[in-house]
Amino acid sequence: MAEELTVVDHPRAAAKFVRDDARAHWHDQALWFVRVKRDRMAQSLPEWETLRAKAAEIKAHTVGHLAEYLEQFERQATALGAKVHWAADAAEHNQIVLDILQRHGVKQVAKSKSMLTEECHLNPFLERHGITVVDTDLGEWIVQLRGEPPSHIVLPAIHIKKEEVGELFHRKLGTEAGATDPKYLTEAARYKLRQVFLESQAGITGVNFAIAETGGIVVCTNEGNADLGVSLPKLHIACMGIEKLIPRAADLGVFLRLLARSATGQPITTYSSHFHGPAPSGELHIVLVDNGRSSILGNDDYRRSLHCIRCGACMNTCPVYRRSGGHSYGATVPGPIGSILNPARDPGRYATLPYACSLCGSCTDVCPVKINLHEQLLTWRRDIAAAGKLSWSKQAAMKAAAFVLARPGLYRLAGKVARFSLRHLPRLLLYGPWNPWGRQRELPRAPRRSFREQYARRPKP
Amino acid sequence: MPRVGLFIPCYVDQFYPEVGLATVDLLHRYGCDTDYPTAQTCCGQPMANTGCVEQAAPLARRFVEIFAQYDYVVCPSGSCTAMVRHHYEEYFHGDATYARLRERVFELTEFLVDVLGVQRVEGSFPYRVGLHQSCHGLRELRLARSSETVGPAFNKTRQLLESLDGIEFAELTRPDECCGFGGTFAVNEEAVSCMMGLDRVHDHLQAGTQVLTSNDMSCLMHLDGLIRRQGQPIRVMHVAEILAGRAVEPLPKRHA
Ligand code: SF4
Repeated sequence: MAEELTVVDHPRAAAKFVRDDARAHWHDQALWFVRVKRDRMAQSLPEWETLRAKAAEIKAHTVGHLAEYLEQFERQATALGAKVHWAADAAEHNQIVLDILQRHGVKQVAKSKSMLTEECHLNPFLERHGITVVDTDLGEWIVQLRGEPPSHIVLPAIHIKKEEVGELFHRKLGTEAGATDPKYLTEAARYKLRQVFLESQAGITGVNFAIAETGGIVVCTNEGNADLGVSLPKLHIACMGIEKLIPRAADLGVFLRLLARSATGQPITTYSSHFHGPAPSGELHIVLVDNGRSSILGNDDYRRSLHCIRCGACMNTCPVYRRSGGHSYGATVPGPIGSILNPARDPGRYATLPYACSLCGSCTDVCPVKINLHEQLLTWRRDIAAAGKLSWSKQAAMKAAAFVLARPGLYRLAGKVARFSLRHLPRLLLYGPWNPWGRQRELPRAPRRSFREQYARRPKP
Repeated sequence: MPRVGLFIPCYVDQFYPEVGLATVDLLHRYGCDTDYPTAQTCCGQPMANTGCVEQAAPLARRFVEIFAQYDYVVCPSGSCTAMVRHHYEEYFHGDATYARLRERVFELTEFLVDVLGVQRVEGSFPYRVGLHQSCHGLRELRLARSSETVGPAFNKTRQLLESLDGIEFAELTRPDECCGFGGTFAVNEEAVSCMMGLDRVHDHLQAGTQVLTSNDMSCLMHLDGLIRRQGQPIRVMHVAEILAGRAVEPLPKRHA
């Protein structure tokens, strides 16, 4: 894919997004609204922080014993009659899915939301092999019809306005021109998707939680599309990253309470569907995918990023994400957690992402499983600099600054020159294309004397 | 009398000396003896936050050498305090001098409240004040409860300001959203940074803020830069200046 070859330039993509001020504000407001709903839900549970701590503890324990839990899960799931597959990377995952589908002569698949299959680019792969994939989550279907990737992991079409959906449906589904009523448009989608559910020969779902103790999997949706997609066909393929595991069914309560509240501000997702083995006379295949996860597992600094339950709360709260849009990250998982996971996969391509962050720490405070997101972003900056992936100008600026700051005399001189220049140089020289600070902001009004000079001269008490 | 080493961030030293002087006045008012070690320059945060730990390391070492001698080290910046308290460990790896210093470095308002036990600040400030919670003070030093977390509400800075006669607070729609300064982020992601800043300014305008204040002059430098460029009727002052009883500068003519 051509897009994979280019380097992601977040500042540039973000500036483009910001240029349409009205739209950028609309996007920011839409996501802030979700954040506020989440706050209300969190505040309604006095035990919220205890739940978060518990969830973090369970995840740390699971990730620390991942191999054992994976084996236990495989044993239990197999005992229930499911077939478990292991995929080292995206290519293996796609091949496994294709083989299963071809064996069953499948022509069309109904797929519910799965960020893992997005990460593996499963859709285009299957399409290349003559299999039609329909994303049955409304938001995902909208972006699929538009031929673009999701811009958010929970709200894939959050960047699209209802007028644009009306336009799209008019073109693709033949709804009335100019229709914008969400109810009408949803009805139309529903009608069309019902046909898909009836016609498809297989259902693919993601997995929110896989329970080692029971071998069961849990899929959370608000539209019930995961259930519908796998109810009629005999074949259900569930694709999951290996970090989706939890040890016991009893742990589920902790995560289900946190997930929906964090994701959309609901007390619980509308459907939490449990699959324990295949349906009678059906087949259930579970594909466990590594695709870079075990190398994150081996890294003390980033291991905790595997706790992620993909709730999207860090995106909703991120002041940069809200104002730059999911596509500016150039990856399946955008926002704070994406800016950690993507560089782990390809530090060169994603070097700008850990810098697309003001280090405000809101993501860390919002994360239901207590991932120290902003600290990991800072650590990524260190690793990117160490790998020599920092731009030449940034490196030079930091080296020069450090040289001056290590020498108090030179520092005082530099300060004096800076203050003198700010007071005396003409505006034309101070404000130009070489000064990105001054494009929209005034520079500080420089005083004649620094603090140190004034402190030394002040009358002693 | 505790001997306080003044940790004055480099940009405050150079561009906002009045903030340093207000800090000194406050510390004296509450019975501290201050000393300003002139060898200090910068804590190394700009380099560290860019990922240049090699450049930050010597500055961190200088800092600890210079400040190890004091009973307390006090700084009118949440961000620079957080740098020393939370981000120096990787340069010192359990070094005892640093470990001792770390426990004695405080942001100004937390020093007043937690160490000196100041309950009220005498004085009056008859203005509607918009308090900008700087992120590092909020989420790294925990000077207040952040809006994301659940638990009893507290706010050390606001608690001090509240005791001034006549003060009113502007209530924001987003009480602790980041202003978008973020160090090199401000120029590296200029577009998003300025949009974030302007959004904060507009929140303060709709809330009727007359004086915008914060524990961090760096956030205020960014916000003031936007405010002055746009000619908005808001004055910017550091918390130390308000607490020390400094006068509010009149607005430029056109707003009078
Ligand atoms: S990192 Fe935390 S907040 Fe972000 S999506 Fe994952 S679980 Fe949710």
